[in-house]
Amino acid sequence: MPTNIKVEIVTPEKTVVSEEAQIVMSPGILGEFGVLCSHTPFLTTLKTGTVRYIDANGKERIVFISSGFAEALPDRVTILAESAERRRDIDVKRAKAALERAEKRLSGKEESDIDFTRAKAALDRALHRIKIASSVT
Amino acid sequence: MAKLKEVKLKIGAVKKTKQITKAMNMVAASRLRGAQSKMEAFRPYSTKFAEVLGSLAQRAGENANPLIVPRDNVKNIHLVLCTSDRGLCGGFNANLVSKAESFFNEKNKEGISVSFTNFGKKGRDWCFNKKLQIANSHVGVVGAKFGFNVAMSSGKQLIESFISGGYDEVYVLYSEFVSMARQVPILKKIIPIPPIEVDKSKLEDKTYMPEHICEPSAGELLSELLPRSIYVQLHRALLETSTSEHAARMAAMDNATKACNDMINSLTLAYNKARQSAITAELMDIVGGAEALVRG
Repeated sequence: MPTNIKVEIVTPEKTVVSEEAQIVMSPGILGEFGVLCSHTPFLTTLKTGTVRYIDANGKERIVFISSGFAEALPDRVTILAESAERRRDIDVKRAKAALERAEKRLSGKEESDIDFTRAKAALDRALHRIKIASSVT
Repeated sequence: MAKLKEVKLKIGAVKKTKQITKAMNMVAASRLRGAQSKMEAFRPYSTKFAEVLGSLAQRAGENANPLIVPRDNVKNIHLVLCTSDRGLCGGFNANLVSKAESFFNEKNKEGISVSFTNFGKKGRDWCFNKKLQIANSHVGVVGAKFGFNVAMSSGKQLIESFISGGYDEVYVLYSEFVSMARQVPILKKIIPIPPIEVDKSKLEDKTYMPEHICEPSAGELLSELLPRSIYVQLHRALLETSTSEHAARMAAMDNATKACNDMINSLTLAYNKARQSAITAELMDIVGGAEALVRG
């Protein structure tokens, strides 16, 4: 009985992660969920946030993803995200600049404005990126 | 002597042209590599996407989402035409445009009006000259570097127009990259989304269970995923067209370089012949002169 599952994180630009893992935790739209081997087939949309998984050697890996969806099957988890970065690949400088830009846009905007939603999503992404980059295992 | 100089100038000119075509060939080759690797990087995403969507759509049933319901009375059709921004790529744009034209004529005969969204200058210019209805045109996308957001924003507009009843069907016409030597114009309906074909072998495979637990409901998931599948198709069309453009340009420039070589060869031959005959004429002059001296 295998205890590892295959985790794949794919974006339109490239395949970010493709390896064996012991457990995968993803930010589902209705709350975070963890997937172990032999999980029942499961499909959900994802929020912007953090995917964490323990790789085959027992090391925790952290990956940033922005909205997408995940499919869990007994032997693998596939995450299709709009963008995804491993923690070491996150560009903190860029995220901080994006954060500032988003904050500027948010001040003095009506909630109904389409730019508001867009800026809010950008803010969300920037905050998550910075949080992941500055966390220490 | 005048002819000699003319030929020499001509040879020089053809050599310069050859340099240019050769350089364009190499530029196209390097861009082609970039475009092709991007296309390949996108493939896992789109295949995985199609797989998930297939199993989901099957369960959600027909009429689960307005984006998959075909309309009975089709009055307005929208065509997304992908061409290149620049020429000098052989019959690449001509092929696409002629396909668009035959499509337009066919639909026009049935009394259906067709409007256009253009990616690429060449298609836009054609629509402009024909005084066709252009809803949107994007320049500087095909053949350049672009992200998924391009397909997303234009896909959003198409979906909005479809839902509001502005269009009854949306097609995309792009050039599929079959091989280095072959690029085929492809016409595809993207909205309403045609029934998704499910891979039969997958269903028989017992380890692959199409029955998923869905969060939120299958219907809601579908309404989230269907628009995205349209973006995926648009993005793919753009990537394919870009790759095809570079491949077509590479082939065209390769041919041009070869033609230049042929021309240089035949011109050099003509030049050598002319020079030789000039030398012979001069020799005859000298010999004639010397003989006259001896006799005299």
